[in-house]
Amino acid sequence: MSAEPLLDVRDLSVAYDGDRGPVTAVEHVDLTVRRGGFTAVVGESGCGKSTLLFAVAGLLEPPAAVTGGSVRFKGRNLVTMTERQLNVLRWRDFSVVMQSAMNALNPVTTIGAQFKDAMDAHADLGAREIRDRSREVLELVGIDPVHLRSYPHQLSGGMRQRAMIAMALLFTPDLVIMDEPTSALDVVAQRSLMVQIKELQELLGFAIVFVTHDMSLVSHFSDQLLVMYAGRVVEAGPTRTVFDHPAHPYSQGLLEAFPSIRGPRVELRGIPGSPPDLARPPAGCRFAPRCPLVRPDCHDREPGLYPAGGAHARCVLHAPDQVEVPS
Amino acid sequence: MTDVPLLQTVGLTRHFRMGTGLRRARLHAVDDVDVMIREREIVALVGESGSGKSTFARLLAQVHRPTAGEIHYRGRPLSRLRGRREKLAYHGDVPMVFQDPFSSLNPAHRVAHGILRGLKLHRPELDGPARRAEAERVTEAVGLTPAAEVLQRFPYELSGGQRQRVGFAQALAYRPKLILADEPVSMLDVSIRIGLLNVMTRLRETEGVSVLYITHDIAGARYVSDRLLVMYGGHVVESGPTEEVLADARHPYTRLLLSAVPDPRAPLDVGAEAARTDPPQLIDPAPGCRFRARCPLAVDACAQVTPRLTELAPAHSAACHMAA
Repeated sequence: MSAEPLLDVRDLSVAYDGDRGPVTAVEHVDLTVRRGGFTAVVGESGCGKSTLLFAVAGLLEPPAAVTGGSVRFKGRNLVTMTERQLNVLRWRDFSVVMQSAMNALNPVTTIGAQFKDAMDAHADLGAREIRDRSREVLELVGIDPVHLRSYPHQLSGGMRQRAMIAMALLFTPDLVIMDEPTSALDVVAQRSLMVQIKELQELLGFAIVFVTHDMSLVSHFSDQLLVMYAGRVVEAGPTRTVFDHPAHPYSQGLLEAFPSIRGPRVELRGIPGSPPDLARPPAGCRFAPRCPLVRPDCHDREPGLYPAGGAHARCVLHAPDQVEVPS
Repeated sequence: MTDVPLLQTVGLTRHFRMGTGLRRARLHAVDDVDVMIREREIVALVGESGSGKSTFARLLAQVHRPTAGEIHYRGRPLSRLRGRREKLAYHGDVPMVFQDPFSSLNPAHRVAHGILRGLKLHRPELDGPARRAEAERVTEAVGLTPAAEVLQRFPYELSGGQRQRVGFAQALAYRPKLILADEPVSMLDVSIRIGLLNVMTRLRETEGVSVLYITHDIAGARYVSDRLLVMYGGHVVESGPTEEVLADARHPYTRLLLSAVPDPRAPLDVGAEAARTDPPQLIDPAPGCRFRARCPLAVDACAQVTPRLTELAPAHSAACHMAA
C-alpha cells in the first residue's frame, strides 16, 4: 500500500492478570485499516475480539494490559500515550460504539444531555452549536430530533443503537470502532442498521472496525475480514475471498454452521467441542482438538500465518514446506 | 396419530394492564391466537422482539393466565385442571427450556441436583438407584458424555452450550410430550448452535416429544421445524408447513423477515427503508392490521379491519387483506 494506513496494529498482545499467572487473551495480532475501510473481526465468545477492540481504543483496564506490540493511529502509537493525550483523540478522531445501547446510555438523562456531555468534554462549543450539531447527527441516523428530549427507555432497541452511532459521529471522526452493535436486535432491525452504517460510511468517509460473532452479518459490508480463534488471528483477507474460499478449517466450520433459508435442507454439524481454556492453551495448533482435518503433527507444531489463496491462514495445510517436494 | 391434537389454543389472548387511574391502558401482548401442535411435531414460532412470542410460551407454561381464550391439552381445557396433581402432571408433560443458560441453572448445585429434583417431583414412582440411572440416561440423550461425570460437575465448569443441554436434560427427565424452548440457542456461539438444534430433532426421534421452538432466527427455524408460525404484534400472521411458507410467503411481514436474513451466499437485496423498525402500537390498539405502517401493500381496508388468519392453501394460512 502506498499511503500509510489509518490504523496499523502490529504484533499486539494483551494479557489478563489472574490468580494463576497472566492469561494471554490476544496474541501477536496484526490489523490494518485504510482510510474509509471496513474491517470486520469475527470469532466466538472468548476468542479475544472484544479485548482486541478495547486495546485498540485504549480502553483496557486492569487486570488487562497490553503486553507487547503497537497500535499506530494516524502515525502515532496509542499504546504509549497517556490518558490525557488519548483524550484529545477520543470522540474527535476515533470513537467507540458499545455492544449494548441499553447499558451504554445513561438511563436518567436525556439523549440530548448525553450528546452535550460528550461535546463539552472534548470541545469548547456554545449551546447553539451543540444543539445544532446534535440535531444534525440524529437526523443523519434517521431519528427525529425531538428525541433529543427523550430518555433512553423511550426509544426502541434499534433507535437506541442508532442514537449511539449518532453520538459517535458528533465530531465526524476518521475511525469508528463498533463492538457488536447489532447483537441485541432482531434480524430486520439488524439488517436495517447494517445498511444504514454502510450508507453513513459512504456519506462521511470514516473507517470502521466492526467486531461480531455473527460472520454472515458482515458478508456484504466489510472489505477486510479477520477471523480470530483462542486469542489469535487464524485467517485474514478480503471478505469476499474468505467467504468464497475459506482457507482455515475453523472459518470453513463457522461458515457451514449457518443454516440457510435457501437451497436444500441439509444436516449441519457445527463445530464439535468448545474453545480451549486460554489459561492452559493446547500445544501446537489451538484449533487442533476440534479440527476435522487434524493431523498428528498439528498437536506439536505451532502453525504460522501462511499465504493461502488471496488470504492468510494459520494452518499447516498452507505451510510453504507442504508443497515442496522433500529432497 | 390420533385426531385430537397434542395442544391447541383457541382465541388465546393475554393483555397486560399498564398505568393507573385515568391513564389506565392495556398492552395487547397476545391477541386471539389459534394454534395447534401435533404429537412428534417441531413447530417454530418466529417473530421480532415484542411480537408476543415469549408471552405465548408463558401462557402455555401457565406462567401467565390467559385474559381470554383457552388452551386445550390432549383435548382437555387447561382451565378445568383441578388440584395440584393434575397441574403437576401438565407441567411435567409440557416443560420449558429457557433462553439464558447462565442464569437458569442454580450455581450452588451440581448438575445432578436439578435433574434428580425434577425426577423426584414428577416421577415419584422411581427409587434412588432408578432416579440416578434415569438422570444418566437423559444426560446422555442430550449428548453430554460421560454422563456420570457431567452430573457431578457444577454449572461454572460447563460451557454455555453444555449448560443449555443440561436445560434440555432437565426437561427430558419428566418424560415430556411437548418442550417449550424459548430462544434456547440465541445466547450461544454460532458454532455451537447447530449442535443444540440437532439435539432437538434427535429428541423428537428417540423420545417422541414435540417442540415449540421460539426464535427470531428464521434460518434456524427452517433447519429444525416441520411447521412455521410467524407472529407480529401479538397476532399470528402466517402459518404453514415450513418449506411451503419459505417458498411462497404470503404475508408481507414474513417476506420482510426472509429478506433480512443475512445470507453470505445470496446477494444483498434489502434497503434501509424497507426495514423501518418502528414497533407496532400495542397499547390499546385500534382495529386494523398491525403491520400496516410498515407494509408496502397497505390499502385503506388495512386501517379499518383486522385481517383474520385465513387458509390460502391446504394448511397454509395468512392474515392479510392483500394475500388472498
